[in-house]
Amino acid sequence: MLKILVRRLVSALFTLAFVAVVVFAVAEALPGDACTAYLGRLAQGERLDNCRASLDLDQPAAKRFVHWARDLAQGDLGNSLKRKKPIEEIVGPRFRNTVILGTVAALIGIPLAIVLGVFAGVYRDKIPDFVISGVSLLAMTIPEFVIATLLIFVFAISFQWFPAVTILPTDAGIREILPNIVLPVITLAFVMTAHILRITRASVIDAMHSEYVKMATLKGVPFRRVVFRHMLPSALLPTINIVALTIAWLLSGVVVIEKVFNYPGLGTLIIQSIFDRDLPLVQAIALMFALIYIAVNLIADLLVILLNPKLRSQVSGEGG
Amino acid sequence: MENLSAGVVMPGCGPLPILRNVSFRVLPGETLGLVGESGSGKSTLALTMMGYLSEGLVKLGGDVHFGGHSMFEAGTGTLQALRGGEICLIPQNAGQSLTPTMTIGQQIDEALMLHTDLSPRERKRQVVELLEQVRMPEPAVIARRHPHALSGGQQQRCAVAMALAGRPRVLLLDEPTTGLDVTTQVHILELLRELAKSRQVAMVFVSHDLGAVARVSDRIAVLYSGELVEIGPSTRILKSPEHPYTRGLLASIPRMDGARVPEVLPGYPPPLAGPRERCAFAPRCSAAKDPCTAGRPALDVRGERYRVRCHFRRDELDDPGSLVRPSTRPRNGVPASSLLEVRNVAITYSRKSLLSRFTGKEDRARVLTVDDVSFTVHRGETIGVVGESGSGKSTILRAIVGLQPPCRGDIRMEGSRPLDDRVDTRPLACKKEIQLVFQNPDSSLNPRKTVAEIISAPLELYFGMERGPARERAAQLLQSVRLTEHYLDRTPGQLSGGEKQRVGIARAFAAEPKLALCDEVTSALDVSVQAAVLDLLSNLQREMGVAYLFVSHDLATVRSVADRVLVLYQGRICETGPVESVFAPPFHPYTGALMRAILEPDPDRRPRVEIKDTVESAPPRQGCPFQRRCPHKPGKICDREAPPAQELANGHRIYCHLSPAILHS
Repeated sequence: MLKILVRRLVSALFTLAFVAVVVFAVAEALPGDACTAYLGRLAQGERLDNCRASLDLDQPAAKRFVHWARDLAQGDLGNSLKRKKPIEEIVGPRFRNTVILGTVAALIGIPLAIVLGVFAGVYRDKIPDFVISGVSLLAMTIPEFVIATLLIFVFAISFQWFPAVTILPTDAGIREILPNIVLPVITLAFVMTAHILRITRASVIDAMHSEYVKMATLKGVPFRRVVFRHMLPSALLPTINIVALTIAWLLSGVVVIEKVFNYPGLGTLIIQSIFDRDLPLVQAIALMFALIYIAVNLIADLLVILLNPKLRSQVSGEGG
Repeated sequence: MENLSAGVVMPGCGPLPILRNVSFRVLPGETLGLVGESGSGKSTLALTMMGYLSEGLVKLGGDVHFGGHSMFEAGTGTLQALRGGEICLIPQNAGQSLTPTMTIGQQIDEALMLHTDLSPRERKRQVVELLEQVRMPEPAVIARRHPHALSGGQQQRCAVAMALAGRPRVLLLDEPTTGLDVTTQVHILELLRELAKSRQVAMVFVSHDLGAVARVSDRIAVLYSGELVEIGPSTRILKSPEHPYTRGLLASIPRMDGARVPEVLPGYPPPLAGPRERCAFAPRCSAAKDPCTAGRPALDVRGERYRVRCHFRRDELDDPGSLVRPSTRPRNGVPASSLLEVRNVAITYSRKSLLSRFTGKEDRARVLTVDDVSFTVHRGETIGVVGESGSGKSTILRAIVGLQPPCRGDIRMEGSRPLDDRVDTRPLACKKEIQLVFQNPDSSLNPRKTVAEIISAPLELYFGMERGPARERAAQLLQSVRLTEHYLDRTPGQLSGGEKQRVGIARAFAAEPKLALCDEVTSALDVSVQAAVLDLLSNLQREMGVAYLFVSHDLATVRSVADRVLVLYQGRICETGPVESVFAPPFHPYTGALMRAILEPDPDRRPRVEIKDTVESAPPRQGCPFQRRCPHKPGKICDREAPPAQELANGHRIYCHLSPAILHS
């Protein structure tokens, strides 16, 4: 187990380094830099040179990258070029907001998806399955911003039940945030439920056709017990990974939805920082996203190993 | 106790019966063997006895009676009480039928909880007792294990224990020993026989293996294409069967008493669809006459509890003596020159540790899957390789084709030419000489390619043929494996198991090899199809002079095709020599145990259980590989020293510390 963990952590480190290089290169490749973005039409001549000199932008890219990487290794993310503040201070509250939105959506969406998926799988090709599968297919095919816009149109504009956009300071308290995020949460839950549901349904159908479920039935085990004791523990294993991916997706700033609802999370921040050519900020956020993906997937994989008796014994060496 | 008459329909294009008016009765304490080829509906029949129909199946008519209940009319509650309680199933593949996420103990406990009134503590004791009854070592430990941590034989025992938990009156056994090694098979069958006797349980034993059925059954029912063709006392059916199908089936089984390719039952079973106006077996029956195609014969009562579905009586049919026709297969004379030489080969799957890779020293901790194996294949001869699963048979083949480089020893073609360790560095001409026929034609033929493409691939590769000529040659090759050119444009999915295996053989022969490696080529096939494939292989050998390395766990099959035999245990040779010598005393203790464990469709033959069926994961560090399971172990010497090769007549060699005189008895 420890061996796997170490191996995975080492490979995570390489992934992060790779992401850092790619993000830096992409940001460099964008036309313009922080100074042209900041100065706008005035960006020329001496003014531009001064600005660049003050931000060290006149140095060659490779040199800047080495500097940045060295600081990063020491835990220093650097300063935002535009806001002239340490990046931690900018990212911190934004990340908290994203976590709040993601957590609420996950708490609603994941259990809902699993329950509906199991239900559809067990009653495959019956009416509940048709309804559930149909709606989930719809949710998967319609882009999330369309759903978001529809929800805004119906519930914010026609009925005026919920606010259309969140107009909140970045450091608002949870109590203030919650009533404001009903629509984004519904949108997120809708989209993620569809994905998890499809995977759950497929793996439940597989398990329902397995020899061991047939055997349990022929052992005289009542249907509900067959489902809960024999089928579900194996059927839900594959869903762990897709749930992990969904959580990573939620935490790494659901950019489009945050933008539509103007939610002060990481997603809106990264868009803004790209507009500003605020390179250190973009890099920091991108690295964070990568870190979240790696961490969540690692946790999911370890969980699968722990829950699957077959893998568990391969790792710890119980029997053959 | 039961009177069953069930017909089943497939919905869709009208009723497509899988079972047609089957009825029989099983008395308490009696064992009925249900035999038939794959697709004959025997598993479906077994499940209908529990009132269970697989998805898509519908009952057409008839009913199953058990005790006072009708299994198809009983309510859910009654069914749940009967299933697993009164009537229990022991499934074909216990490994897949045990729930992977529950421990063995939990699963047996569940059966107890549902079908007895025991308290949790009593149940816990009972679980251990049940596991003890099926002779599991360390039952308390096993109960805490998950199914995947057990061997195939152990899983099957757990399934038996679980079935016994409900104190059943009827046990349904759906191919319970298929896929197990002979020694394991014998253990399980003896266990079932004893349990049936001591507990007065009725058993319905479904199997395609007449040898296993012969061992346990009081009566035998033969199923052909969904209908009973013959049912009666087992001695009578095995010794003097009346129905031509039963006779053909018995004749197609390779026997230990003679080196001959078994009789081939021509043709295939008819499709299940459509009304049946004639005898279902008529198209394949050598004795078919006019009445056979004119009307469907009825089950004719021919004695006490003996019925046959045939228009004719036994004496009205052809001479039944033709069943024991002597061998037609000419034995090869003294083989010419050596083709493949394997010298002191050792193979390991474990990788060298980092340290020993640096120091270049031999890693002592490494487990050698195969060690010190040497043999020679001569031109045009067949070498049989036998051994239980895990004996390294397939590993040796992998080394010869260059998929698994040996870590010691060398492999040479034609006496002098050494073969490269890895297949990708071997020259094309060298690859061409050695071809492989795989065990499982389902997974070794690309399902998206047509038969023509599959067979043309080696033609294009080795002979640089153009598409057109390759296709013509492919058609010729198909003919030589007894398939018509209509098959050229089919995909493997449209072929039956036997047909697929023929395509696999045709592909191997397309390269015109000097040596064909046959890895368990018939073990996935029905006996009648197996007979056809064996016949084909021996004909091809006669025509093309190819040599075979024929790997199989089935000793009777090896007996029928091989010239010389290698007996392997844990990747070490135990015994080698001409087939007649190896299959006759003196035996190596391991060969002897295997031989005596063989089940033959002969009611008078009793297999002997000599060795434990425990699976060894690794060979012992030193001494004789068979030391832990040997029934005749003479002493400590076996643990210390590798057994010497004892030369007997005709190149027969036994690796054992015991003298041939002792081994002879």
